[in-house]
Amino acid sequence: MQISLAWLRSYVDPAIDTEELVEQLTMAGLEVDSVVPAAAQFNGVVIGEVIAMEQHPDADRLRVCQVNVGTEESLQIVCGASNVRIGLKIPAALCGAVLPGDFKIKKSKLRGIESFGMLCSEKELGLATDAHGLMELATDAPIGVDIRDYLSLNDVIIEVDLTPNRADCLCAEGLAREIAVLNKLEWTTTAFTTIPVTHQNTLTVSIADTTACPRYLGRLITGINASAITPLWMQERLRRSGIRSLGPLVDVTNYVLLELGQPLHVFDADKLTGNISVRWAKENESLSLLNNQVISLNNGSLVIADDSKALALAGIMGGSETAVSDQTQSVFLECAFFAPLAIAGKARDFGLHTDSSHRFERGVDASLQNRAIERATQLIVEIAGGSVGPISEVTTEQTLPSRQPILLRKQRIQKILGISLADDQVIDIFKRLGMCIQIQADGWLISPPGFRFDIAIEADLIEEIARIYGYNNLPSSSLLMRSELSTATEATLDLDRVKDLMVDRGYQEAITYSFVDEEIQETIAPEMEVIRLKNPISSELAVMRTTLWCGLLKAALHNTNRQQNRVRLFETGLRFIKTNDTTHQQKMLSGLALGDVYSEQWGEQSRKVDFFDIKADVEAIFSLTGCAVKFIASPQTALHLGQSAKIVTHEGETIGYLGMLHPILEKKLGFDCPVFLFELDQDLILNKRIPVFKSLSKYPSVRRDLALIVKEDVAANDIIDCIKISAEATLQDAKVFDIYRGKGVEEGNKSVALCLIFQNTTHTQTDTEIDAIISKLLTLLSEKLNAKLRD
Amino acid sequence: MSAILEEILAQALKELATVSDLNELDKVRVHYLGKKGLFTLQLKELGNLDPEQRRSVGQIINQAKEQLQQQLEACKEQLESAALTARLASESIDVTLPGRGQSVAGLHPVTTTLRRISKIFASVGFKVVEGPEIEDDYHNFEALNIPAHHPARAMHDTFYFDAHTVLRTHTSPVQIRTMESEQPPLKVIAPGRVYRCDSDITHTPMFHQVEGFLVDTDVSFADLKGVIYEFLRAFFEKDIQVRFRPSYFPFTEPSAEVDIECVMCSGKGCRVCSQTGWLEVMGCGMIHPAVFKSVNIDSEKYSGFAFGMGVERLAMLRYGINDLRLFFENDLKFLEQFN
Repeated sequence: MQISLAWLRSYVDPAIDTEELVEQLTMAGLEVDSVVPAAAQFNGVVIGEVIAMEQHPDADRLRVCQVNVGTEESLQIVCGASNVRIGLKIPAALCGAVLPGDFKIKKSKLRGIESFGMLCSEKELGLATDAHGLMELATDAPIGVDIRDYLSLNDVIIEVDLTPNRADCLCAEGLAREIAVLNKLEWTTTAFTTIPVTHQNTLTVSIADTTACPRYLGRLITGINASAITPLWMQERLRRSGIRSLGPLVDVTNYVLLELGQPLHVFDADKLTGNISVRWAKENESLSLLNNQVISLNNGSLVIADDSKALALAGIMGGSETAVSDQTQSVFLECAFFAPLAIAGKARDFGLHTDSSHRFERGVDASLQNRAIERATQLIVEIAGGSVGPISEVTTEQTLPSRQPILLRKQRIQKILGISLADDQVIDIFKRLGMCIQIQADGWLISPPGFRFDIAIEADLIEEIARIYGYNNLPSSSLLMRSELSTATEATLDLDRVKDLMVDRGYQEAITYSFVDEEIQETIAPEMEVIRLKNPISSELAVMRTTLWCGLLKAALHNTNRQQNRVRLFETGLRFIKTNDTTHQQKMLSGLALGDVYSEQWGEQSRKVDFFDIKADVEAIFSLTGCAVKFIASPQTALHLGQSAKIVTHEGETIGYLGMLHPILEKKLGFDCPVFLFELDQDLILNKRIPVFKSLSKYPSVRRDLALIVKEDVAANDIIDCIKISAEATLQDAKVFDIYRGKGVEEGNKSVALCLIFQNTTHTQTDTEIDAIISKLLTLLSEKLNAKLRD
Repeated sequence: MSAILEEILAQALKELATVSDLNELDKVRVHYLGKKGLFTLQLKELGNLDPEQRRSVGQIINQAKEQLQQQLEACKEQLESAALTARLASESIDVTLPGRGQSVAGLHPVTTTLRRISKIFASVGFKVVEGPEIEDDYHNFEALNIPAHHPARAMHDTFYFDAHTVLRTHTSPVQIRTMESEQPPLKVIAPGRVYRCDSDITHTPMFHQVEGFLVDTDVSFADLKGVIYEFLRAFFEKDIQVRFRPSYFPFTEPSAEVDIECVMCSGKGCRVCSQTGWLEVMGCGMIHPAVFKSVNIDSEKYSGFAFGMGVERLAMLRYGINDLRLFFENDLKFLEQFN
């Protein structure tokens, strides 16, 4: 809400400067976002009157004017505006004046005729962005007076960012009331004289749903001169609230909205058919709005209708067909109270947001309508004349908002605010806020005024105390709360430890959007059902990721496109998958590596990262938890068929995948080198084995190396597993230490060199014992894997 | 000393003087002192002398021998030391060259900031809790006293999946989920990603919040103020000015916005604080009775406070980052600045 501060000060004028007043409002919860001057900087402009005018001898479009600016002699000023005429009062910039944009006015010659100043338009004074001709001042404007004083331009416009609960401050009177409360000053509402009724014509008003519309007032005003000019003071106040002048009828409704907070509407009475009703729209009923938008209504839209059709979207916007124009002669003036629930969300449904809907959604004072319609009537008649008819009013008392007194207990103030206040302090605050107070045994019964929609429960009253007392005057205490010893869960590894490990192994942490481009998602994981946003911000952020790879690949590309030839990234976060209509939000850890394995250095031959580099990084994670996992060659749509491993737990649960990005995707996405990826389920990697002690053997261990010839398709893991299955008790460890292909090994085979470590807890094993074990193992390996000992 | 002996010794010392390495030195030693060395032969000849003479001649030989021995030792030491010096010189390297192996990377500044926030609250017993990001309307709005069509919904530009499912617009639903399953006393912080359908220079459609709340039998606004003051001073590591401004959130009453003295200009007024000297850093308040009601906690017995802060905002202030969008571009040149 933006408003002229001078307007507010016309109600209540505390002896503090703008800065202090603004600070006061902000600290009372009415945050002032900006304070800007009401007019651009200029000086030397006074009110003048054109007293004589002649055609310029050498220029068709110029006139030579004699202008009375209150000095003994009139000034000769050459003017090119089309609306210049004798008797017109205008702002005249004198020689020496400085207009906005540091435009200095000097004595000059225009086509040979001397000119001692300039007659100004609104645009030239910085009061409007465009203008047609000179700014026309009222006929009673006092000649010679500085225009800044006349238009009170030495004013500031404050913009108050109101929270949704403070709709009562969406008007000048509301803000003035608040300023009065904060400064302990008296104030009075705008005084005006009610215009007497001079004709008896009325329209009958019927209300179909009195819950949605508890009160409706309307009256006919006839014989209006709609082409009358809105007085400058009103235009200026509207302008300072960001509202353009649109003729006296609309200006008055806007003005009363700003002054009292009551939205009103004027219908051109001559365009109405029969009587007025407030009803729910019919399905698909059509309505052309004031903004020329044609909407198709539904039975959830409350409308104002005549006997033939819907005229206006109640409380939101009028219709174009019954809109007033400067030809309008009679109006039906509407002033209603619509229940917030009947209006809330309706404007949004049609993509609208109006000053009216903004107020009705939040709540308008239900006791305000009579005063508001009289005020608007008075202003219309004052500006545009007319004959006033009686008010047709339909009010349903039972459906008006009821204001029940609220019990405020003294002890709750202490409990919630941590401060004990004297009774008269509390009473004083509520009195200033216009609330009725009844004293009770342990507190007060408080009735909020009609404009305070937000006060409904005890906590609301306590907030008002805090607000007026000042949040910063309330005490602050040190943390004195019971504390408990926390647990130190050992069976779960802290994710932070894993993140630190990734960082230590050279992976930079990335954070990418959880919603991704559907095309990339489809490319990487075509088999996954996606969860689509109904209202994405763009097609690039339209579906929820089913893998963190989408974001990491995009981030990697961002970097490779910026001369980074080595990228290592990881991310933790949720992926979103849908199975059988159920959404799973699964915590993942993913990583990506491309380019050189180490950053370029002098002491090491440069080498590109490969599968086993990132496998080591993944294995490092598992060594943190001590949990045994298996890597199984397994295809994954995004990965290279021959360089892709599924990682499973001991129990066979899939932890994730690791591998090289499929060469086709690598090309499609725009990479020019292999990209390695992994993705792991956080819950499964964080399960930690709690160590169990085993006694140490006193006897020496024995190492035996074996070289086995196996077919190419036998995986190293198969050999190790086969050895482990043998359940040889003294076997401590079995490792592959070399793979050999070539001379001496038949094509299609490979030689796998194994090292086996044996140790017994009861005695030193003899060669004979070990030989027997080896022989048993070789038989097993031969049976299961067709492995032969290499000669 | 006999003339022969003197000659041998003189010869030996002369040879020693020309020795240039340990090998040559050993040859000299063997030639004079070895089993068949010249001095050894001299000693062997002692047997031919009478016992009286044997003793005095023997002494003389031994003296000469010892003299040579000493010289040999000295020479050896000198040669060894020279050899070592030469070796060290030959093995010297340029120690300014960088070390080998994997370089260490770093955490995202949002993570670093989240960790600092969590650490500060964990130190007084707050527990870290997480919640889903695809959230139902009830937990994101209804239970937080934001019914359908509440004007406050307009403050949240919500991403929808369907009429009842949204991307959470704040971390406050974790408050509801926690209070649904646990009984007070509760001291919880809930960090995480949140989403708003808004994207421009100062808004990204995804950002991070930390929600915190505390529920116990006697928690007052004074406790809230104390916790927030202490947190902000711990986070910015200085005695920063803090002010509380009345505000409105449907789920707290009283509600407050918290401003800190602008960390860029120390409150003097600059572009970052729009010349006000103050920066808005979080919202907070006393948990609304309607929220307690929705989770069946007796608001007569218990009271509590809740607060929520934007992590990117705090990170930007802490590290002087001037563009929010940088957080999610993941440009290494940006990320590496926080390693």
